[in-house]
Amino acid sequence: MRKRDGNPKTYTRLTHPLVRDSREEPFRRASWDEALDRVARGLERNRGAFGMFSCSRATNEMNYVAQKFARVVMGTHNVDSCNRTCHAPSVAGLAAAFGSGGGTSSYEEVEHTDVIVMWGSNARFAHPIFFQHVLKGIRNGARMYAVDPRRTATAEWAESWLGLNVGTDIALAHAIGREIIAAGLVNETFVERATTGFEEYRALVEPWTLSLASKVTGVPAAAIRELAHAYARAERAQLCWTLGVTEHHNGTDNVRALINLALLTGHVGRYGSGLQPLRGQNNVQGGGDMGAIPNRLPGFQDILDPQVRRKFSAAWGTDLAPHYGLNLTEMFEAMEDGTLRAVYCVGENPAQSEADTQQAVRRLKQLDFLVVQDIFLTRTAELADVVLPATASWAETEGTTTNSERRVQRVRRAVAPPGEARDDIDILCDVAARLGHRWEYPDAEAVWDELRSLSPVHHGMTYARLEEHQGIQWPCPSTDRLEPSYLHGRLWEPDPARRGRPAPFGIVQHDPPVDMTDENYPIRLTTGRRLDSYNTGVQSGGFASPLRRGEYIELSPEDAEHYGVVTGEQVQVTSRRGSVTAPVWVDPALRPGLAFMTFHFPDEVDTNQLTIEANCPIAGTAEFKASAIRIEKLPVATEVPPLTRL
Amino acid sequence: MTVTPLGMPRRLVEVTLDGEPVRVPEGSTLLDACRAAGKDVPTLCHGDTLTPKNACRLCMVEVEGSRTLVPACSRKAEPGMEVRTGTERVRHSRKIVLELLASSADLSTTPRAAEWIEEYGARPGRFGPDAARLGEEPRIDNELYVRDYDKCILCYKCVDACGEQWQNTFAIAVAGRGFDARISVEHDAPLPDSACVYCGNCVEVCPTGALSFTSEFDMRAAGTWDESRQTRTTTVCAYCGVGCTLTLHVQDNEIVKVTSPHDNPVTHGNLCIKGRFGYQHVQNRD
Repeated sequence: MRKRDGNPKTYTRLTHPLVRDSREEPFRRASWDEALDRVARGLERNRGAFGMFSCSRATNEMNYVAQKFARVVMGTHNVDSCNRTCHAPSVAGLAAAFGSGGGTSSYEEVEHTDVIVMWGSNARFAHPIFFQHVLKGIRNGARMYAVDPRRTATAEWAESWLGLNVGTDIALAHAIGREIIAAGLVNETFVERATTGFEEYRALVEPWTLSLASKVTGVPAAAIRELAHAYARAERAQLCWTLGVTEHHNGTDNVRALINLALLTGHVGRYGSGLQPLRGQNNVQGGGDMGAIPNRLPGFQDILDPQVRRKFSAAWGTDLAPHYGLNLTEMFEAMEDGTLRAVYCVGENPAQSEADTQQAVRRLKQLDFLVVQDIFLTRTAELADVVLPATASWAETEGTTTNSERRVQRVRRAVAPPGEARDDIDILCDVAARLGHRWEYPDAEAVWDELRSLSPVHHGMTYARLEEHQGIQWPCPSTDRLEPSYLHGRLWEPDPARRGRPAPFGIVQHDPPVDMTDENYPIRLTTGRRLDSYNTGVQSGGFASPLRRGEYIELSPEDAEHYGVVTGEQVQVTSRRGSVTAPVWVDPALRPGLAFMTFHFPDEVDTNQLTIEANCPIAGTAEFKASAIRIEKLPVATEVPPLTRL
Repeated sequence: MTVTPLGMPRRLVEVTLDGEPVRVPEGSTLLDACRAAGKDVPTLCHGDTLTPKNACRLCMVEVEGSRTLVPACSRKAEPGMEVRTGTERVRHSRKIVLELLASSADLSTTPRAAEWIEEYGARPGRFGPDAARLGEEPRIDNELYVRDYDKCILCYKCVDACGEQWQNTFAIAVAGRGFDARISVEHDAPLPDSACVYCGNCVEVCPTGALSFTSEFDMRAAGTWDESRQTRTTTVCAYCGVGCTLTLHVQDNEIVKVTSPHDNPVTHGNLCIKGRFGYQHVQNRD
């Protein structure tokens, strides 16, 4: 396995099922019949202690079938996916404010707005084509503000960069809110008509003066004031965020604090004014929409609503329990205490993507039965009892995915899958049949049409219409018309009946990161993505990027000098949970005391051994963005191979 | 398609094309009008996602009252315009332009170039064998795309796509002036030492194959590139949540090239390095 050239381990496609009798044995090749029989037995004996990890990379149709499998075949709402590790707080926060968990505006609107705030988002690298819309907006005269601890490639385009201390987002948002109120820039009509809890909010933010916020966040008072005035005075404004906001132990609170600013100024529910969480995976929006989350049925319909349950019970011919299931984080905790004993993991790699990976691997090993369905033998699949080879949904199957602007688009089969690899839906249906449920889905469209019959927001999206319009944004209740590109226009209705439920201000408190820096762990480590790589690198490692240089611990020039280390030198990086060896990269975009790593090369440097599993109590997302570390020079400065676990 | 405030609906403008009256929406170019009327006007430097550059001079047409020929790609249709697309003067101009282009650049991979050369009776060889050419070897300095400047006609589309019109990376620009003008990265460095981020949006707009994906370049060199055996399937990118539409060009069950529809509301034909080049994992089959 080469590392010097920066290219990570490459994975080869799985071409046939793999099984083994015990985890000590190596895998052996098996027939599909044998593998599926083993899956059926493994799940049957763990009925009542089952969890489904659905896949944010697969189609809506696959996610629909996966959640139906959990709910109908296994009788549990324990179904979730890696949305938990990224944008679950956005969904929770938006749903709490507006009753719907999607971003409120469309990409095109950012081209026709006056102020763009990019908060905790390096979209230039992580969402490059969205950022092209931002650049159009800037060229059309919009002013862009970047809020990020790092002076990123996104911040290079900003009017002003607000380099806040990691984990002080709420303090900054409250100070902006206070300044807007103090300067008399509140959209009073909107606040009065369309929101609740303003007085409480005013009291909440009252202590957050510019000078206090400046001390806590590290952002100069003048810069906070400028952003507050620009945002509030703009005719239209877009507030966009990514994982810098959500991957905290209080991620949902962070999201609520940002939404408060839109409520204060009326920057929601109009063309060009809205809230835009940029989703991290091709179908993380769709997975949630399809009900592959523990608290919602397809179409984001609440499990606790008896009418909704009746509708689905009748359609699926089964009773649905009137309570929420366990989310991904809770499922991992349930593995620990033995109440979750079998997991069906489709296309996820939690052994490398969870915070505190050593703990995640230990918990997965405690399972009685683990089946992994994937296109590669990932680190998670290596822990399984049965591995099922699947198709790559985006190039080998038919179906749909849903993007960050709620646009449902068709994916199509372009190449034939290798070996005996099979479509996810077919595999799930075969396992369901072995457990006594015969589902007839001749093709993906049949699944989609069943979903359309149950989900009002998707009802109007036939495959033919999706093709005709190059994708359609939800909601789309009708087959003969299209809705506006933005959500929640109702909040502007003069008639209270049509306005519906007002949006409540989120009463949330600033709470610093759990993993405190101190004399033993003096450096704040934050994590993120690079332009040419992606998540655990299983996919992006497959192509030869000239930009790729492998994993580094990026330090500010001041810190590099302080520790006496130079670019390329291997150092020991230690947090309270683990320790890795990584080479140094000096990045002048970092401030002293701040370090940056990615998790793209876990086979070389397992960054998530360092991160903390401090979870948001509402959404269950871990605080990937804030760990405390120390850097130690190695006794021999060079020629130390990177840490490997081969 | 979605409800957006677009202002007043556009009026129709009537012009005469080769004696036939046609009506086009206000703001349309003469090239738009010609294409709407089914007339085949050749062009190389026109890009449907780019501002017209008027560089190649192939699309020139005659407009009544205009002293010179006008470029159809940029000239807006005006009420009452009388436009002629196939007069002797127009055909002569196109013939000369094709001769100049084909003698100074290698148009062997330019779609339709051979067809136009025949149609307009152009004889690029008449300037002799020592007509001005760069005479350079293709530059292969990374694994994703190849620059073969012998094929470059200096249309500037790649510069615009890399620059302020789309990518805003500004890795490439025009170096030198006059006869010495050429497309280059800073200090004429190899790509890995330049600001290039490998989005491939320059390759997407290149009209001559001067910029080509390594997969296509290698297959052409090996004689295996065969577009008649390729399928084009539209799907959605497998990486981040932006949801870019991809067109996968597949030959013998291998993805050989990735593009994006130019009229797509998410991408407008543009992609990033992952969408453009990050497909290999699917076909790491053994």
